[in-house]
Amino acid sequence: MNKFLLPLVAFVALIGLLAFGLTLNPREVPSPLVGKPAPAFSLPKLHDEQIMFSPQEMKGKVWLLNVWASWCVSCREEHPIIVEYAARGVLPPVVGLNYKDKRDDALRWLLRFGDPYLLSVADVDGRVGIDYGVYGVPETYLIDKAGVIRFKQIGPITRKAMEEKILPLVKELNQ
Amino acid sequence: MIPELGHFALILSLCVALAAGILPLVGAYRNQAQWIAFARPATSAIFVLILVSYACLTWAFYVDDFSVAYVAGHSNSQMPTIFRLSAVWGGHEGSLLLWALMLAGWAIAVATFSRQLPDAMVARVLGVMGLVMVGLLAFTLFTSNPFERLMPAPAEGRSLNPLLQDFGLLYHPPLLYMGYVGLSVAFAFAIAALLAGQLDAAWARWSRPWTIAAWAFLTLGNSLGSWWAYYELGWGGWWFWDPVENASFMPWLLATALIHSLAVTEKRGSFKNWTVLLAIAAFSLTLLGTFLVRSGVLTSVHAFATDPGRGMFILIFLTFVIGSSLLLFAIRAPKVGLGGRFALVSRETLLLLNNVLLVVACGAVFLGTIYPLLIDALGMGKISVGPPYFNAVFIPLMLPVLALVALGPTMRWKQSDLKADLLKLWPAAVVGVAVGVATPLLASQWHSYAALLMALVGWIVAAIVLQTYDRLKAGKPTASWWGMQLAHFGLAVFVVGATMISVYDEERDVRMEPGDTVAVGGHVFKFLGVRAADGPNFSSLVGSFEVSKEGQPLSMLYPEKRDYGPGHMPMTEAAIDGRFTYDLYVSLGEPLTADKEGGPWAVRVYYKPFAFWIWGGCLFMALGGFIAMADRRYRLKLKPRPAAVAVGAAA
Repeated sequence: MNKFLLPLVAFVALIGLLAFGLTLNPREVPSPLVGKPAPAFSLPKLHDEQIMFSPQEMKGKVWLLNVWASWCVSCREEHPIIVEYAARGVLPPVVGLNYKDKRDDALRWLLRFGDPYLLSVADVDGRVGIDYGVYGVPETYLIDKAGVIRFKQIGPITRKAMEEKILPLVKELNQ
Repeated sequence: MIPELGHFALILSLCVALAAGILPLVGAYRNQAQWIAFARPATSAIFVLILVSYACLTWAFYVDDFSVAYVAGHSNSQMPTIFRLSAVWGGHEGSLLLWALMLAGWAIAVATFSRQLPDAMVARVLGVMGLVMVGLLAFTLFTSNPFERLMPAPAEGRSLNPLLQDFGLLYHPPLLYMGYVGLSVAFAFAIAALLAGQLDAAWARWSRPWTIAAWAFLTLGNSLGSWWAYYELGWGGWWFWDPVENASFMPWLLATALIHSLAVTEKRGSFKNWTVLLAIAAFSLTLLGTFLVRSGVLTSVHAFATDPGRGMFILIFLTFVIGSSLLLFAIRAPKVGLGGRFALVSRETLLLLNNVLLVVACGAVFLGTIYPLLIDALGMGKISVGPPYFNAVFIPLMLPVLALVALGPTMRWKQSDLKADLLKLWPAAVVGVAVGVATPLLASQWHSYAALLMALVGWIVAAIVLQTYDRLKAGKPTASWWGMQLAHFGLAVFVVGATMISVYDEERDVRMEPGDTVAVGGHVFKFLGVRAADGPNFSSLVGSFEVSKEGQPLSMLYPEKRDYGPGHMPMTEAAIDGRFTYDLYVSLGEPLTADKEGGPWAVRVYYKPFAFWIWGGCLFMALGGFIAMADRRYRLKLKPRPAAVAVGAAA
């Protein structure tokens, strides 16, 4: 074989790898928390700072914990989807974890874009976010009746993720 | 109306580029003078059209035309004008347009400054550049059109990412793109030579100044980007081995190898195939870098709007361009002769070593960059490769490079006498050892790694002095000789900065209340408090620090925490007192209580020895490049030389 063809052969192999790489999503990191109990916390509610909320209160229900912030641009992408599905009544209760945000900004944001949440809690310093391994906003956790995390969506919830992953899993968990 | 005009001009430029990419190449092949003559005017037309298009987009930014989706996404009316104008290249679509403009600019420069070259050669070079332009313009128009309208137009734009609202945006992307695009000239010359079947010393001489210019721009772009990250990100680091940094560093490594192997090809007629392959590879890496950065296959801190559709387009483009080049190479390379022979001890051998080391280093960086992708593709999990890998692999490969830099200019072509060469340079070796021993002792902390690197620095600099002395005795050196030595000197300066900062820097993360002091690197930093201030489109909390040394006040530092409003992360603006041999660097972390102006803050204080030398060294390197490319001999009409061996069947 012509040895000068070697660069071309190596290049073709690389192209194969890159083409395959396009079908993968590097942000899709499996969370070690899936299958583990959701970390406990106690945080003030966003709308009424006097009242504390803790995941214990949701025992016996399948629910979603959605991490959001007013400064988060991608949250605006997923928010209409949550609003829409919540309005259709197909979503389990959604608790918002307002992450490293200012209260006024957060409340204004909800007024402007709609509030699909059962309630939101304010994680001002991001401590709870650390417990949950949040490394980018938005992220969403699906928690079952026993308080175990069953699924984690990293990045905005897309229609596809909602229809193909979250809703079927919710149905299954509710049985 | 104006954006449509820009859009139209861009479409027209694609049409002209199609013609400019085909006719001159066919003309050169069939030896048709009219078609060959088409290359130059077509190149001018493309440049003018893209310039019009670019001006239209700039105008849309200037008048805050938010009905253009790209403007609405990257600018708002509150932003200072200078940032609104540079926001043109602050996002994916506009940066492609800038890229196209620069490619057209390089092409027109080639058309203008190539009067001494044969017309057929120029036609081939411009033809290849025209084809590259077709790919780039089609990519812009079909997947990333900056002129797309947004209906209804929003009243206000989304504003540029605050990280980018800095003077760094003015210089870093344009310089880097100049370098990236400049490599396409070296590539075009290589392909033109392959097409003509004429890989000879003349070809090497023609493409050398262009390659050096591209390399110098790449050097500037990379180093100023590193400087920007240093002062803007507030982490005190200057290089992160991020995939996007690697994407622009790998072409730099190959371009460095290329300018050295071109020297051999020009002077000795050797390494011809290798040089062509390097030129193709360097340009391929710029395309590959574009793919990695803009397709979303890797995660990076440089978040471009990523889109698999774009990724697919670049991949197809890449396959076509590089695949056909390598195929052409495989067809033509076997017919190329070997050129001048050389002995084991000769400058050729040294430059070969230089090339091997640089290419292996580039390969190591490449492997680290795509390894996460490879592992993911094999279904073996998700990993990320970080600085520990890169430092462990890259630095040992650079040590022999540094050791050989000093030898190169002393050794003779073809056959050198190692004993005589070393005899000439022994004082430099003594200086090297002295500097190596003295530095850690002066810093009063022994560190073998610092000693070794500083010894190499001493060796390089002393050798440059000796060589300059010898060379001046023999007569006036050429511009390219001065340029080479200045670039080598810059490398030494860079190594001083990189070594000292990584070995002797000091860093403290502390909680400070107003009135508190912290001592770092022999300096005392007193925190005076934080006050609120307003900028044009942000509100800011400004901290005040009084720096003193041995009781004497030295300077004041004002780091900031800026809030660009909803939708943006708060920004940290570090305050730096830059001095010749060290930087004092303070950045504000988070307020620790609700009382932002009177309460305690998390503060990061750094002492960074010789920080500026990192970028200063790079400036010397780039300056050396610009001086070398100004050498007279590149502008002379080539006389036939014995070393110029025409090879292969004329196509």
